Amino acid sequence: MPSFAERASRTGQFLWSGWSGLAGLSVFAAIWQVAHEAYGSFILPSPLETLAAAQALLGDATAWQLLATTASRALSGFALAGVIGTAAGCFAGFHPAILRLVQPQITLMLGVPPIAWIVLLMIWFGTGAATVTTTAAVACLPIVFLGAAEGIASRDRLLDDMALSLGMGPFRRFIRITMPQMLNRLFPILVMALGTAFKAAVMAELLANAGGIGEALAVSRSNLDVANALAWILLSVSALLAVEYGLIQPTRSELEAWRRAARPWGVKR
Amino acid sequence: MSALHLTGIGHAFLGRTVLDRVTLSIGEGELVALVGPSGCGKSTLLHIAAGLVEPRQGHIIRSYTRHAVVFQEPRLLPWATARKNIGMAITANCSGRDRQAHIVAAAMAAALEEEDLDKYPVQLSGGMKQRTAIARALASEADFLFFDEPFTALDPALRRHMQDIVIRHVGGGKRAGLFITHDMAEAVRIAHRIVVLDRRGNGVLGERSVPLAPGERDDRMIFETVQHFMKKDPLFRHVEELDERRAG
Ligand SMILES: Nc1ncnc2c1ncn2[C@@H]1O[C@H](COP(=O)(O)OP(=O)(O)OP(=O)(O)O)[C@@H](O)[C@H]1O
Ligand SMILES: [Mg+2]
Repeated sequence: MPSFAERASRTGQFLWSGWSGLAGLSVFAAIWQVAHEAYGSFILPSPLETLAAAQALLGDATAWQLLATTASRALSGFALAGVIGTAAGCFAGFHPAILRLVQPQITLMLGVPPIAWIVLLMIWFGTGAATVTTTAAVACLPIVFLGAAEGIASRDRLLDDMALSLGMGPFRRFIRITMPQMLNRLFPILVMALGTAFKAAVMAELLANAGGIGEALAVSRSNLDVANALAWILLSVSALLAVEYGLIQPTRSELEAWRRAARPWGVKR
Repeated sequence: MSALHLTGIGHAFLGRTVLDRVTLSIGEGELVALVGPSGCGKSTLLHIAAGLVEPRQGHIIRSYTRHAVVFQEPRLLPWATARKNIGMAITANCSGRDRQAHIVAAAMAAALEEEDLDKYPVQLSGGMKQRTAIARALASEADFLFFDEPFTALDPALRRHMQDIVIRHVGGGKRAGLFITHDMAEAVRIAHRIVVLDRRGNGVLGERSVPLAPGERDDRMIFETVQHFMKKDPLFRHVEELDERRAG
């Protein structure tokens, strides 16, 4: 268990790295401002106008509700895909023959445009939360599956032999030797899958008229209210960032404290 | 009563015979060095004896309770500290404090300092990693240890140090062991008996016991014994050949 001081220093570093993130965002905002000055408010409202619109939205309780709706749908889709994809991926990783059989289906699933899924799911489930959640799940299932399967298949077999020579049973070997290696592979992919789940959820809501941020975007579009549309985009990106930095990254750094040790001394990130 | 008894072991990889009719017996508290030309199947034999590979023929009788293997590479878990790496060998469910004491004792036995225990493998030097691997094997409470050329990557001084650790903890009634090496001086220094494997893996070519107990031999005696084996003893001709082949 890392000590309290170690964890505090890690948190400090994490917060400090927020500054560099802020600097990057400022550059982005500056370019946005330039584009705004070139094209005018109707095409592209300025960052400040957008922020003001977002602030106005946040003052409204229904906006929070819409955000929560979308976030919970995206997260349940992500969780569904995470659980099914990881379990199936682990299984396939141990059985190369199965992996080879499943690979074409994964390619197929990746190849079907998300919009086609939405149409199909709308027919099957109607226009509700189920369609949105399932779209999000379907969108990130293949990458999670492949990540888990590759994590298992590319494990270090020498470590397996070592554990076997110490008399560890198959279950303990899986938990203590194989799973950490698999998670190591899977984590960056989970981050990507989470983003995909959010995007797919918003898109499904917009197309299926199923409430949430997607529907709010559709309303802004019909009112030609670009500032409002941008404000919604800003809010959904913020929701994604909040989940990523509040949930995924802390878990990751907790699990991968050893990577920090691997960095040479005196080299700043 | 022998600790490990291998009879008529045979193995083949992809139809190519690597080992054939190998019979070897290791007594209780005995450390046997296994030498032989490169590629003759020493590692394969060790893996079979340690239950990591299923042999095609022959059978194995183990009368010890537990074994542990020190591989040529340290094989440490990169995501765990040295302490956890050593601790993973302890299966008995003892209390936290007993466990820690046990880990520290094993680390001390392998000449690791306590402050190194909280480092990750990437923060350890090659020698420390290998010592951690030895500490892990010692912590497992195994009464039979397998070593597969564990010190080839280390410099001579460190090598000697590690050999002393092996001499201190294996053999002499405590644990039995099988030690693969290419270095005749190493074999003569640490083993009770040296077994030579045939160049093609066709059984054991022969064996020689080394006089005195492993801890009691001095450098002069070791040097003379090696000279005698290599120059006068036809049994070790192949081992000599191997070194030339390696160098060439
Ligand atoms: N997994 C494997 N698949 C196919 N052939 C193998 C495999 N492992 C070993 N061999 C072959 O078996 C023979 C014996 O290999 P082994 O590793 O036991 O040799 P060794 O005596 O330990 O050699 P060295 O002293 O160089 O370590 C070699 O010819 C090698 O090519
Ligand atoms: Mg070998």
